[in-house]
Amino acid sequence: MSTTTVPMFKSPPSPAAHISAVPEGDPRDRGGPGQPLLIVNDLKKHFPIRGGLLNRTVGHVRAVDGVSFTVQKNETLGVVGESGCGKSTLARVLMLLIKHDAGEQVFDGEPIGGPRGLTMKQFRQAMQMVFQDSFSSLNPRMPIEDTIAYGPRVHGMEKAEAKALARSLLGKVGLNPELFAQRYPHELSGGQKQRVNIARALALQPRLLILDEAVSALDKSVEAQVLNLLRHLKTHFNLTYVFISHDLDVVRYISDRVLVMYLGEIVEIGPVDQIYDSPRHPYTRALLASQLSFDPDHRVLEAPLTGDPPNPINPPSGCRFRTRCTLAEGVCAERSPRLNRLVEAHEHVAACHIQVVDSGHSLAGKGLPPISVSTASEPLIAA
Amino acid sequence: MSTAIAPPNPFQSVAAEEAPASRTRGYWQTVAYRLRYDYITLGFMLLIFLIVMSALLAPWLATKDPMATSMISRLKPIGFQDFHLGTDELGRDVLSRLIYGGRTSLMMGLMPVLGATLIGGTLGVLAGFIGGRTNMAIMRTMDVFYAFPSILLAVAISGAMGGGIFNGMISLTLVFIPPLCRVAETATTQVRGLDFVEAARASGGSTTSIVANHILGNVLAPIFVFASGLISVSILVASGLSFLGLGVEPPTPDWGLMLSTLRQSIYVNPYVCALPGLMIFITSLSFNMVSDGLRQAMDVRM
Repeated sequence: MSTTTVPMFKSPPSPAAHISAVPEGDPRDRGGPGQPLLIVNDLKKHFPIRGGLLNRTVGHVRAVDGVSFTVQKNETLGVVGESGCGKSTLARVLMLLIKHDAGEQVFDGEPIGGPRGLTMKQFRQAMQMVFQDSFSSLNPRMPIEDTIAYGPRVHGMEKAEAKALARSLLGKVGLNPELFAQRYPHELSGGQKQRVNIARALALQPRLLILDEAVSALDKSVEAQVLNLLRHLKTHFNLTYVFISHDLDVVRYISDRVLVMYLGEIVEIGPVDQIYDSPRHPYTRALLASQLSFDPDHRVLEAPLTGDPPNPINPPSGCRFRTRCTLAEGVCAERSPRLNRLVEAHEHVAACHIQVVDSGHSLAGKGLPPISVSTASEPLIAA
Repeated sequence: MSTAIAPPNPFQSVAAEEAPASRTRGYWQTVAYRLRYDYITLGFMLLIFLIVMSALLAPWLATKDPMATSMISRLKPIGFQDFHLGTDELGRDVLSRLIYGGRTSLMMGLMPVLGATLIGGTLGVLAGFIGGRTNMAIMRTMDVFYAFPSILLAVAISGAMGGGIFNGMISLTLVFIPPLCRVAETATTQVRGLDFVEAARASGGSTTSIVANHILGNVLAPIFVFASGLISVSILVASGLSFLGLGVEPPTPDWGLMLSTLRQSIYVNPYVCALPGLMIFITSLSFNMVSDGLRQAMDVRM
């Protein structure tokens, strides 16, 4: 363990000191501002499928299949994709809740769990997660105050101090501790539960927070409240977010950069405005086009994406999107246009043969042709 | 960053509008509070209390020596002289025998369930939490025991070990371990997959800490309720063993044994013969009702 290691909780004068705003020049910062907070290199998670005689492994679900990206300090990285594309598995693998099969993670320049670098305990403190299902992510038999205090208690904080911290965090997420500290989860609404989940994740003073569909199950008005809370907490606690969602509007609202996943692979990554205004991958474009239009003159009549994603047990050869891509050609079946490298923070890249000059695709280097989604200026029902 | 969601104060207190009285009751206080208004459960609790007290205070409550036989006053009806509940086939006082018999019967009802809860519950929680091969090993072993009807198994075990109260209790404990283990395993498996266990792992909790803080609290209630329901079964099976001459040995008073020996006299004095059966019925009904009431009171989610 390096000597620069910041101790977990260095006996603070009062519990309130924990949750006061982190000042400029975070003492927990080790790699400097240029060092990405998290580097993920070629991460893979294949779930074995057992069956047949003697419980043999008959195949693998390639939930996360060679994913590489960086998370810069203090940014919000949005992760979007259809359901089943491996977003939640990615979150659990990143949290080391599921052991990955291949690849590595580097947190602020240091490896995790090895003889050098971060210990598992330090990693658990530095990176926390907010789960999607606010109901099942709180222990039904535990007052929420104890749920929030559990993490600090595990990391060696005194009981009274941990409870004071929990109450103070409840206040920070907008729940009056006088009224809520002793309540059980079933006495809270969905939005309140998700606030408690956020407080629980913040109790260890993490630097990186993974939000796995954290607002997806909430009403629109409550969703907006929680999103604003998240934005506020980010500056207050000097946080970095990985924001996983299937809701494209929400991701655009909160993210600085966006990563688009399809069948366990990254198909496009780049700054949020570039992705939304000029997507470079046919999948990203189709995904964005499938949002409902607010303009009655430009109704989306046909869904730009039809059918389900192919089976991740047996993904298509070459480009995984080719079975649903209107621009697919022979080369797409032959070679995979995978993103095999770490992408710089401000780069905008897509895993598509069209974006590579001499890939053999007829549109190579020319960019995507104008959108072919059929829209109607006529009203749907004749008057 | 284009979609405009009007940002009000993100810290606006969602608590302000709804403010029920602050509650500082703990879990067990909540349970007690709910039970206070459940008069049926309270009534049966009182019954159990009375039965237990009469068993404990047997030497002071019994009006006669439960072992004293009398050839001239055999099978007398209820209220004969000072035999308040009549006499049995050897002329012993049935009231005194019922009071003393409660000691053996309650012990045969409670001890096996207690032992099986500790052993079976631990095995089940372990199997459920660890999963995989450990689960397979434990649960398949339990399935072997499951293959036999419980009475038959109890008879076989105490038959092999010989009669006596102690051997009877051991055989009953062994009979009750598999169902308790199964209940504990099912409850644990259900809880283990929930996100809050995952969240506790993400907070860095060790396996021991997670089981103690997050698993046990959620599986204890179903195990406890199932176990309290087993008490009545245990009393009945113990009575069955005594009836077959395997559990309690003759002169010792025991409800099951009394029922067995008095059965031949059912045409002579039916009311007296039914008394031990009535005691078994009341006791097991009480335990069942209390277990039902506890299940409702212990479910904080309701």
